[in-house]
Amino acid sequence: MENIEARVKKIVAEQLGVNEAEVKIDSSFVDDLGADSLDTVELVMALEEEFECEIPDEEAEKITTVQQAVDYVTAHLNK
Amino acid sequence: MSKRRVVVTGLGHVSPVGNDVSSGWANLLAGKSGITTITRFDASDISCQVAGEVKGFDISQYISAKDARRMDVFIHYGIAAALQAVADSGLDDVPGLDKTRVGVNIGSGIGGLPLIEETGVARHEGGIRKIGPFFIPGSLINMVAGHVSILKGYQGPSYGIVSACTTGAHCIGDAARVIQYGDADVMVAGGAEGTISSLAVGGFAAMKALSTRNDDPATASRPWDKGRDGFVMGEGAGVLVLEEYEHAVKRGARIYAELVGFGMSSDAHHITAPSAEGPARGVLNALRDAKLNPEDVQYVNAHGTSTPLGDANETNALKIAFGDHARKLVVNSTKSMTGHLLGGAGGVEAIYSILAVHNQVSPPTINLHDQDIEGGCDLDYCANTARDMKIDVAISNSFGFGGTNGTLVFKRV
Repeated sequence: MENIEARVKKIVAEQLGVNEAEVKIDSSFVDDLGADSLDTVELVMALEEEFECEIPDEEAEKITTVQQAVDYVTAHLNK
Repeated sequence: MSKRRVVVTGLGHVSPVGNDVSSGWANLLAGKSGITTITRFDASDISCQVAGEVKGFDISQYISAKDARRMDVFIHYGIAAALQAVADSGLDDVPGLDKTRVGVNIGSGIGGLPLIEETGVARHEGGIRKIGPFFIPGSLINMVAGHVSILKGYQGPSYGIVSACTTGAHCIGDAARVIQYGDADVMVAGGAEGTISSLAVGGFAAMKALSTRNDDPATASRPWDKGRDGFVMGEGAGVLVLEEYEHAVKRGARIYAELVGFGMSSDAHHITAPSAEGPARGVLNALRDAKLNPEDVQYVNAHGTSTPLGDANETNALKIAFGDHARKLVVNSTKSMTGHLLGGAGGVEAIYSILAVHNQVSPPTINLHDQDIEGGCDLDYCANTARDMKIDVAISNSFGFGGTNGTLVFKRV
């Protein structure tokens, strides 16, 4: 759903303090958007908040790009 | 070998009377109070509903909104005051500045209590997963120094002293000793506080330490007046750039004053109730460090918090330390206008003491209409109107819970 992608990008932009235009579907949080380890933890918390879900730590560690975040949310949103 | 001399070459300040040094100083001289009804949170169920809040402050002038979101407000104030002080000193324009010889010592009395409060609620309501990764670094007291050192690339000592309401004075005094000892040539030093929150105001209110003059906030802080009924909390930060004298002269820096003395002492008496001997010893230790006699001092920026016990006690302490000369001093409480910035108090009041020396004027102690002579408050407190006067030497007193005292001595250069 493109709606999910837009929402994820918006959160990523807000959390990492970058322009939404810079956030591409294949952007890596650390390599492309300048996130550090604490940023990525907070980003996952923001995604949990936005999509009212709980992302287990072992899953969260695998979410390193916008695409992976969108995929995770898409797969787990429609319970 | 004689001690290395330490001078003040930069000032920075965020306080209830102004978000920079010049506006704050102008408001002090005009006798304008920064105390208002609390707006930061709903204080209607607390006995004290007034405070000196920082107004119209925009942290995004100093750091990115993303970074700012991850720190509690005391760090914002500390960073802003430090960056102002550094800019004022002209250090950024010094070619080849050896940044391994520049350090930071900015403390806070309480630190990130609002963030601790907020995170406690989030954890209580949402469980352990609601604790964010920036909770710890956003509330740690030494993170003002940490951020300033990172922002400016200063690689000398980085720390913050914690000693309740003596924090700012201790940080500045200790930073000066770091320079005297030779561990650094420049120190960015002061104190910061930002705890106008229900837990902090509620906590001090529970001690019956705060004024309850809620119907007239601007007159709530009234040191040495018969109607005083407790202190008023303030918030903000005051930071100095301290510099080794030759280092400052060599680069042609503007020198506001020389920090000639620093003294400490402990009451060893009670966690909150003061003693007169403790502060008196702190003052005398500072004068001895400065190699000055009591008669050399003209201006005292008092701790002067507007508590019934504390104001009379400090007056007694000054009489012990200064003897007959106490009656010739101008003893001023800028807290009558700023409220009590707790760990930030020593920082902003060092600035006010330095500006008193630099500009040869004492700010007023406002709201002093019915001086408590019978209660022993019988010195010259510069009531209600600023006074032009000769000031060669000014001292700044700070006293904190735990019975900890600190006095700084500034001399005209």
